[in-house]
Amino acid sequence: MKVLVPVKRVVDYNVKIRVKADGSGVETANVKMSMNPFDEIAVEEAVRLKEAGKATEVIVVTVGPTAAQETLRTALAMGADRGILVQTDAETQPLAVAKVLKALVDKEGPTLVILGKQAIDDDCNQTGQMLAALLGWPQGTFASKVVAGDGAVTVTREIDGGLETVELTLPAVVTADLRLNEPRYASLPNIMKAKKKPIETLAPDALGVDVAPRLTTLKVAEPPKRKAGVKVADVAALVDKLKNEARVI
Amino acid sequence: MAILVIAEHDNAALKPATLNAVTAAAKIGGDVHVLVAGQGAQAVADAASKIAGVAKVLLADDAAYAHPLPENVSPLVVGLAKGYGHVLAAASSEGKNLLPRVAALLDVAAISDITGVVSADTFERPIYAGNAIATVKSADPIKVVTVRTTAFEAAAATGGSATVESVAGTGAAGTAKFVGQELTKSERPELTQAKIVVSGGRGMQSGDNFKLLEALADKLGAAVGASRAAVDAGFVPNDYQVGQTGKIVAPELYIAVGISGAIQHLAGMKDSKVIVAINKDEEAPIFQVADYGLVADLFKAVPELTAELDKA
Ligand SMILES: Cc1cc2nc3c(=O)[nH]c(=O)nc-3n(C[C@H](O)[C@H](O)[C@H](O)COP(=O)(O)OP(=O)(O)OC[C@H]3O[C@@H](n4cnc5c(N)ncnc54)[C@H](O)[C@@H]3O)c2cc1C
Ligand SMILES: Nc1ncnc2c1ncn2[C@@H]1O[C@H](COP(=O)(O)O)[C@@H](O)[C@H]1O
Repeated sequence: MKVLVPVKRVVDYNVKIRVKADGSGVETANVKMSMNPFDEIAVEEAVRLKEAGKATEVIVVTVGPTAAQETLRTALAMGADRGILVQTDAETQPLAVAKVLKALVDKEGPTLVILGKQAIDDDCNQTGQMLAALLGWPQGTFASKVVAGDGAVTVTREIDGGLETVELTLPAVVTADLRLNEPRYASLPNIMKAKKKPIETLAPDALGVDVAPRLTTLKVAEPPKRKAGVKVADVAALVDKLKNEARVI
Repeated sequence: MAILVIAEHDNAALKPATLNAVTAAAKIGGDVHVLVAGQGAQAVADAASKIAGVAKVLLADDAAYAHPLPENVSPLVVGLAKGYGHVLAAASSEGKNLLPRVAALLDVAAISDITGVVSADTFERPIYAGNAIATVKSADPIKVVTVRTTAFEAAAATGGSATVESVAGTGAAGTAKFVGQELTKSERPELTQAKIVVSGGRGMQSGDNFKLLEALADKLGAAVGASRAAVDAGFVPNDYQVGQTGKIVAPELYIAVGISGAIQHLAGMKDSKVIVAINKDEEAPIFQVADYGLVADLFKAVPELTAELDKA
């Protein structure tokens, strides 16, 4: 079976982002960009399926600017076979991305699509569920364990109260949570090899998809700042503050 | 136009997160209807009918809804949604699983995790782990929205007297099967509902050492949470994780023990009313958000704190 893994290029999780002074968005110029951490986990899972002989090909796809090719290269260096860049400079909202992915699924015919559960820039946590809806496929979101069998995949999901296990008929969509695996670092030889792997570039129009945003961002603001408080000398002083000043115990 | 709120429940009891979603619906304005999709869930529908401000409860009782599988529930919601201006649910693991699927089937955007209602089509939501707040406006005819529960008070669970109306189910999709659940059992309050939360990080060193925090939590009637590092290390179950990608909490008092204060952790707790940090590194970023910081070895400070509370 083929596995498709959508990966997003986002501001690196270590960067302390800055809101633009005019409130139009977040500063992304001259900021370190990386693959969305959840997507690294998704790529790792797909590559492991291939190494286990369950997947025949791992295709990575990104919807974004030309620079997002770097993100595809990272995924190729981790072991994916080929990449697809759906090139657009527009803001990519989950519904539009899901429509692009649906068109690619129709074209490529994967049996499994593994996405990240959430992009750490928009924090939407929507695209996988939307893609599953558009395809009419079952969805195993927030996966912490994936066991691919014949005709079905068993997914253990992280839910608020603990864990839930579902069995999904293939083809299916899975979204990766933090504990699914620990993604590998690409080795230097694999980084070199990845340079030769193919990347195809497409336009959203060529897929017949309108990627215009449905939501308009009117304003982006800084959250209210919390003031740093005081340091207390010892446990007795802490208890005194909590009782008599904050009155929370 | 009326607003449809999807109830969260376990077929026996209504989950409190539903009450916060009802408050967000009331802020948007319009009649609030609650959908209970379940099996043998009459008691849940009855409870929903008593929520203050709810005008009508729709009960879809069907074996297909014994578990909230989105493959089965989404066609039901889509069928009903055409009569509503908004569909809301709590931004819980269940709401986040279901609502984007509903939105895509309706060909509308989903708006995740709102923390504010500006108007019926404009909402505030955190992005970048809560380091920025975006105000977004939707042009779609139906707004599909998940609600951050800590940002909206719970509606009163009693005082209402809505009618309960049965609606027909849409059957099972047949593509997803519930296999089982492993729920974390605890006598302590639920993390997202607790008035006090005591959380431990990598500094705890082992799962066994969490007993120190549990003793403190029990003294305070608190829930126990954790950082991702503590969960990844296997000290505590996954559902203890507080943060950008874990649970969002905003208790009266949050005590962070042996937690450095990474932005992803702060995203889940920085709206707590009072924050206490216990950390041996005085440079730890957690102190930048803590109202009261104690620079100390936790293995000394936590037992002392528990003992000090005993005295009073
Ligand atoms: C995509 C992504 C999502 C993430 N989501 C989350 C999330 O939801 N929640 C989350 O928490 N993290 C999340 N993280 C991880 C986050 O970046 C940090 O790695 C994590 O929060 C660190 O946990 P910690 O503070 O327990 O560990 P550390 O950063 O290692 O801090 C341990 C602290 O304990 C202190 N300490 C050690 N020994 C003692 C002692 N004896 N007494 C007192 N203090 C002591 C140390 O001084 C240190 O400050 C995420 C990361 C990524 C990439
Ligand atoms: N522009 C994009 N290109 C490729 N994949 C994406 C894109 N946006 C989102 N995704 C995928 O969808 C997941 C969830 O994103 P989101 O719904 O935005 O939180 C990500 O982890 C990616 O796997």
